[in-house]
Amino acid sequence: MNVLVRSAGFLTTVQDLGRIGFRQSGVSLGGALDSHAMRVANALVGNQNDAAGLEVTLGKLRLRFEDTRMVAWCGGAFTARIGEENLPPGHTGFVAKDQELTMIAPQTGARAWLAISDGIDVPPVLGSRSTDLRGNFGGYQGRALRDGDALPLGRSKKLPSRKRTVSEWSAPAIWATTARVRAVLRIVRGADWNRFLSRAHTSLLTRSFAVTAASDRMGARLDGPPLDRMDTSDLLSEAVAPGTLQVPPNGEPILLLGDCQTIGGYPKIAHVITADLSIAAQLCPGHQVRFHEISLMEAQSLLRQREEDFARFCVGLSLHFP
Amino acid sequence: MRIEPLGDSALLVRVVEDYGRDPEKALDAVLGAFGQLQAVGIPGVIELAPAYATVGVFFDPARIGLDALRTEIEDALQELEPARPRPGTGSTIEVPVCYENEFAPDLREVAWNAGLPVEEVVQRHSSAMYRVTSVGFTPGFPYLSGLPAALATPRRSSPRKEIPAGAVGIGGMQTGIYPRKSPGGWNIIGRTPLSLFEVKREPPALLRAGDRVRFRRITREEFEKASA
Repeated sequence: MNVLVRSAGFLTTVQDLGRIGFRQSGVSLGGALDSHAMRVANALVGNQNDAAGLEVTLGKLRLRFEDTRMVAWCGGAFTARIGEENLPPGHTGFVAKDQELTMIAPQTGARAWLAISDGIDVPPVLGSRSTDLRGNFGGYQGRALRDGDALPLGRSKKLPSRKRTVSEWSAPAIWATTARVRAVLRIVRGADWNRFLSRAHTSLLTRSFAVTAASDRMGARLDGPPLDRMDTSDLLSEAVAPGTLQVPPNGEPILLLGDCQTIGGYPKIAHVITADLSIAAQLCPGHQVRFHEISLMEAQSLLRQREEDFARFCVGLSLHFP
Repeated sequence: MRIEPLGDSALLVRVVEDYGRDPEKALDAVLGAFGQLQAVGIPGVIELAPAYATVGVFFDPARIGLDALRTEIEDALQELEPARPRPGTGSTIEVPVCYENEFAPDLREVAWNAGLPVEEVVQRHSSAMYRVTSVGFTPGFPYLSGLPAALATPRRSSPRKEIPAGAVGIGGMQTGIYPRKSPGGWNIIGRTPLSLFEVKREPPALLRAGDRVRFRRITREEFEKASA
């Protein structure tokens, strides 16, 4: 069975948790920019964590279903409807055969992750169903969705019994709604922190930065006080990761996101902690962002805590699924 | 060797501190460490990414803590003989390149910069032995060291919006090959009909860090025949 794309919207791509194991060939991790949101949405419809769903950018998405499915989404402050009924973030919705799901432009934030029960069944490429937009492979024919596409879905398992269109159960709001009007991202120091002048440290930790229009799935380019270095010597390229805050010679930092290149030669002043990549994935041109430093220990314990909470959440949900 | 965090879910193993002093030896040491870490397979490690002087280690903090991982890496690399090359690499790959005008928009610029005739530039570029120092930028893009010093040319001041697949370029002291149509700032001096990256190939990238590369000059006819 398929889901039919009546309106593909601004930029909608098939994504899972990313492509692992090919960095040495220069292949980006990719996947949902907020992989935690994708996992939570998948859990809400009874999918495996790594099932493929949709990353919806700025909305205007309209889907028609050929059979009955569960759907769930997390991310920015979008409006989603099944037929005429509102589907709030972090809830499970039931879409009947021939019914439509619409997602309207968000009031805050940029992206949402939509899971459909039994996943989008495009062929995996290099071990993942994620769309690599620069490499033009993976996902649905290696490209963003277009009006009229028919996405194959996994064979439908038995659905839980239901009385209403929208579930009573839900995911914690902090996971379901991740856009912030004034985003504060927690950072840890990068390997090149000491290559920067102390006024760059002060600027980074006290001033706000504007997200510029040249931002995409590779990274958010930030405009603010220039972050100047002590020296201008060239660095050898080395591994970078989503969350890395790198600073090219013009002093304007780039916050790397999921589609970032595998290696880079710009100095790394800091890294946004993994737990806050959910907030980073909602940054949109014009948004303001600030940074707050925490210790590496704190960053790791936040992440471990979230993993424990997520495991408990999945156990709780499993009671609702056959 | 120095181990530094790269955010909260990765770290960088700086295998050598002074890469520039002996890049050949440094690269062997880095690839040796990469091979060793791959062979040991530390639980919780997701993947490895070598580049120049470092190996990037990506891990799952829910499965292994930073300090425990640091110890595991140190243990794994302790017995590593210096400069032991990674098994299965170091093979020499011949890359055919056509240097004819239509494939080489910046060849004259490179020749002018070097103060050499165009023919001499082609001669030198296609007789040197290169080594893949890392693969990145785009899937399958090899950064090659070993460019004859005279041919070093600064990157173009404004990058091109579109460089065709197979384009061979010079950027500073390095030479490389664009696997796919992409934007880029290197000086383009030729084109290869070889495909550098295929998702259906195992491994998908034609060239791996540590491989040696030689360019073989081919004619326009040979290029067309090979791309057909």
